[in-house]
Amino acid sequence: MTSNYFEILRGGINTTFQDKGRENLYHIGIPFSGVMDNRNFLLANKLVGNHLTAPVIEFAYQGPHLKYTGDQLNFVITGDVIFKIKKKDYEIDGDCYHSYHLENGDEINIISTNKSVYGYFAIGSEIDLKFQWNSCSINTKANIGSNNGKKLDSGQKINLLKINSDKTLKKVNYINSKIENIRVIKGTNFDYFSDEGKKIFFEKEFIVSKLSDRMGMRLEGPKIENIVNTNIKSEGLVKGVIQVPADGNPIIMLSDHGTVGGYPKIGVVVSVDYDRLVQLAPGSKVKFQEIELSDAETLFKLYEMETKNLLNQI
Amino acid sequence: MLKNISNLGDAALYCDFGIQVNKATNLEVIKYFNTIREKKIKGINNLTPSYNKLIISFDLRVTNFSEIKNKIENLDTTIEQSKNNKKIEVPVCCEENFALDKSRLEKKLNLSYQEILTKFFDKEYFCYMTGFIAGMPFLGDIDENLRTQRLETPRVKVPQGSVGITEQFANIYTFDSPGGWNIIGNTPLKVFDDSKERDPNLINPGDTVIFKKISRQEYESSNDK
Repeated sequence: MTSNYFEILRGGINTTFQDKGRENLYHIGIPFSGVMDNRNFLLANKLVGNHLTAPVIEFAYQGPHLKYTGDQLNFVITGDVIFKIKKKDYEIDGDCYHSYHLENGDEINIISTNKSVYGYFAIGSEIDLKFQWNSCSINTKANIGSNNGKKLDSGQKINLLKINSDKTLKKVNYINSKIENIRVIKGTNFDYFSDEGKKIFFEKEFIVSKLSDRMGMRLEGPKIENIVNTNIKSEGLVKGVIQVPADGNPIIMLSDHGTVGGYPKIGVVVSVDYDRLVQLAPGSKVKFQEIELSDAETLFKLYEMETKNLLNQI
Repeated sequence: MLKNISNLGDAALYCDFGIQVNKATNLEVIKYFNTIREKKIKGINNLTPSYNKLIISFDLRVTNFSEIKNKIENLDTTIEQSKNNKKIEVPVCCEENFALDKSRLEKKLNLSYQEILTKFFDKEYFCYMTGFIAGMPFLGDIDENLRTQRLETPRVKVPQGSVGITEQFANIYTFDSPGGWNIIGNTPLKVFDDSKERDPNLINPGDTVIFKKISRQEYESSNDK
């Protein structure tokens, strides 16, 4: 018997349940999935007293409009998000990274992300979700995960199981930094491209196309010329790989990416830059910058320490 | 043989077994894949075997490139492997609306569609790998006269069930998906079933696939549709 639930009044553009994703399934064609922006995911869970990798609601651009029925609970929104909380007699503009109480009848209207793509809505409660391969993450391309692998839509309900007993309100000061230079390690087919093409890749600006989603980010700009072969034998891909198909426009693999691909790999975005890469909205200008493996490893360690410090402040 | 190990970004190893695409090389890749899976090496969180490459993903919070590379270089792969391969028949309808690249293929291959289909259905195919999207099998080798490149710009959406060809390979799109292969028809068969968590793929590496041409009527009345 569930007496605590959210009613979805508007689903938003691409609203899904996500957690840390699934491992060890690339070989059958299933990618990691999971949250796009890991730091904002961890912060959201910590701010409502969940364990750090509990399921959250991820939204892109316009988020959901929800109405709550049930006992008091805490929620928080992370990212750079404009949202409103509607109480019985008044409405307030919500602040990200501040947890709030939610009472019976209250509404949350997530209007949009601000010059970014993804935001996170964490609920201080266990949510009633289906897990597949140990993850609730919705992969809408393969229809895997909770909600039958489909994005959340108006008219649906989100049922809650057990509300967290600690309802202390928490906050943290955090501002999402923007990224303009995406750091990359040269890819395994770097030498497939002409000297001019390589120069373009590292020196010219590219624009994020609106054909970007959880699978990949398409970029537009000067064409990168291939002088060897515009096809390779299909082989494994990982998150962050930059493929260049015959049309010369790079595509960066993101969390729901295809597990193998046959276009040459010019580079791979380093792990430290993923969280900020995925937040680049269509129309954003980006440049690629080469770094060495050892530097990428060090920078990732520093980023992880910074995330830990933020979590420790909560 | 494993020829070279390099890094693919900062959280994956790129194991190169050469440029040849054949059963012997592929079986060598699969041998490494099975051995590494069994060893359960700390930090490895994904393995992607393909025709002649194996990509090993790891958690950069737990380990790093040089640690994993060292472990793979010292791996004992001499253990015997058990095989359990199947033969699977896949019905395909190649009529209008399903054969999306009919005219492109006729032009590129300089053959009539009838000739293309005869050559396509006349062979048995070996499954080298699965992936790209959940359960998609990569099959080979198609007739030498049917070989052509991918589309110059991949489609944003290839319909579920589409059967595609490129170079010496054929595949089946298990879901609506972006993709650049030349589409010759569509199968009503369910090639991926996520309700079977332990074994969701109908076709696995090492299996044999036979395609069977069906009419639109047979397609429409198929149980899986």
